Amino acid sequence: MTDSGLPNPQQPPNPHVDRIEDPMNEQDTHRPGDVASGEEFGTSAVRLDEGHIVGHGGIPEHFENPGLPPHTPRTSDLNEAAAKRAEKVVGALFGLSILGTIGFVVAYFGVDIRATAYVPGIGVMGLQHLLLGVCMGASLLGIGLGAVHWAKTLMPDAEVVEMRHEMRSTDEARAAVVQTLNEGAQSSQINRRPLIKYTLGGALGLFALPVVLPVLGGLGPMPQKSLSLTFWNGGPSGPGEEPTFKPMRLMRDPENTPIKASDVTIGSVFHVLPEGLLTLEHGVLEEKAKAAVLLMRLNPQDIKSQKELDWGYQGIVAYSKICTHVGCPVGLYEQGTHHLLCPCHQSTFDVTEDCKVIFGPAKRPLPQLKITVDAEGYLVSAQPFREPVGPSFWERG
Amino acid sequence: MNALAARRRHPAAIAILLLLGLILMGAAYAAIAPRPAQAAVVSADQVTEGKQLFQANCASCHGLNAEGRKTGTGDYVAGPSLAGVGAAAVEFQMGTGRMPMRSPNAQAPRSDVVKFPAEDITKIGAYIASLAPGPAVPTDEMVDPTKGDVAKGGELFRVNCAMCHNFAGAGGALTRGKYAPSLMGVDPDDMYLAMETGPQSMPVFNDDNLSPQSKRDIIAFLTATHDYEKPGGMALGSMGPVSEGLFAWIFGLGILVGCAIWLGQKAA
Repeated sequence: MTDSGLPNPQQPPNPHVDRIEDPMNEQDTHRPGDVASGEEFGTSAVRLDEGHIVGHGGIPEHFENPGLPPHTPRTSDLNEAAAKRAEKVVGALFGLSILGTIGFVVAYFGVDIRATAYVPGIGVMGLQHLLLGVCMGASLLGIGLGAVHWAKTLMPDAEVVEMRHEMRSTDEARAAVVQTLNEGAQSSQINRRPLIKYTLGGALGLFALPVVLPVLGGLGPMPQKSLSLTFWNGGPSGPGEEPTFKPMRLMRDPENTPIKASDVTIGSVFHVLPEGLLTLEHGVLEEKAKAAVLLMRLNPQDIKSQKELDWGYQGIVAYSKICTHVGCPVGLYEQGTHHLLCPCHQSTFDVTEDCKVIFGPAKRPLPQLKITVDAEGYLVSAQPFREPVGPSFWERG
Repeated sequence: MNALAARRRHPAAIAILLLLGLILMGAAYAAIAPRPAQAAVVSADQVTEGKQLFQANCASCHGLNAEGRKTGTGDYVAGPSLAGVGAAAVEFQMGTGRMPMRSPNAQAPRSDVVKFPAEDITKIGAYIASLAPGPAVPTDEMVDPTKGDVAKGGELFRVNCAMCHNFAGAGGALTRGKYAPSLMGVDPDDMYLAMETGPQSMPVFNDDNLSPQSKRDIIAFLTATHDYEKPGGMALGSMGPVSEGLFAWIFGLGILVGCAIWLGQKAA
């Protein structure tokens, strides 16, 4: 066999190939490089090994670097007329960009913002926005396309190899740098005067603190108990607040009116906030994000959990609307199946079984708010939530 | 006037004044109170005919006396009991082509083919309403979008409806094959009826939850949303990030890939 490893049809290239023609295939007399064939094309079923070139298994020691392919000049390199044409195209694209920019300014100042236009495939849309978009697109695309076309047709495209120079400096230069540093340390007397050395270190080290502190301070106050409390605990429940419990009426969101037990018919769903939340001076959204409650009435016979029945009122049950997964509002109540679906990640809670999770990524059931009625027949909370609402957090335990 | 002023201390004056006040209140209430439309037109004949129609067309699922039927497997219900759903539910379910249901399935879809003439639907509604009191069909004035407050309706819609029906009323998915249908171009009557009766998976929004005025506000908001001219042109189904993301992936990335191929090609 030859060193190049090229196939040699005359003789088996090496013993390895001979081994391929194993006794299992005795009638197979193919030689490397032969094209296997049947008796007549298409007359019989084709075997897997037919029509294939049998390899000899030889692999060269290493492949030669084939180098760059031969450079082929472009038409604009050879033909001055073609180059002139390319120049005109580039100029036209840059001109398009100029027109686009002018058009943008004209559309911005000259077109009424209420004017509309019909665009096929899109429909009726604002004329000014349409023109602004088209003109800005033309002005940006014109620059980009022009520059690329210029580079592709007229700028030199011959392949060149630029060798990287050595990274390491000469030994003399390296020694000179060390010497300069030593001389500097010597002349500044920093090694001889430790007081300066250590106070400078301290000053520079402490200087980093004012940079770091605002970043930590910008994270806001520590949450303290605010993640475990809600407005149902008796009032504002932000960091540092210690509300004391009082029964609160369940109010309709957004009307802020109290709800009578008789208003809640079977199959109804009410979106509820605690009394006084919507009239807060500030922090309404923060409180709403924790205190939102969904009020539903089921046929008491459908409720399987005794605790759910006890914490409700004649089949009226109130559950936190904040998903225990990542805190989306769980508002999709199906009155037929009594499923509560979270729109964000499809966690599904079964309201007949104390809102246990029956599908999706949520891990804990929705917390129930214990309710009762007051002397006037309005629904009120009987106690705050007995566990933190919403998703898990570090200190939740 | 003098004669009246002279008699203002007459012992009967207070009684007459009270009577006048009561009459005035009664007249004012009668003028503004929502009137159940079907109360006036229902006759005993209609109830009888309605019952015949019901037994011929609906009883196989809802039972001969509309008491509801189970399929026999687990708690699955062939058709729920219709006591107390009222004429409004019949009007909605049959008037939008949802009932009679095409096939037993997770959801009864809306259909443009309404299988019964309006008078038959009214008759069946009269029969169902005679079983137990239920919500009635609204009057034209109660569903007039021009009389509603669009901004208030938007607020109510976002709290009570948007989680299922999407912020623009484009509809959305529920669990296990059910879905909240799109509200685009739905008849105001049907919107009102759906809120009032809570068809299929939808909860009931009775008049104590959303007052008739609030319902009209929501109808006004939906009508305004539907008629609103979109400055951006294509709304991509008003479905938010899903359809917009798909559009950006297909067209935005497609154009970028095309640009990259063009950039990498050598000039001829």
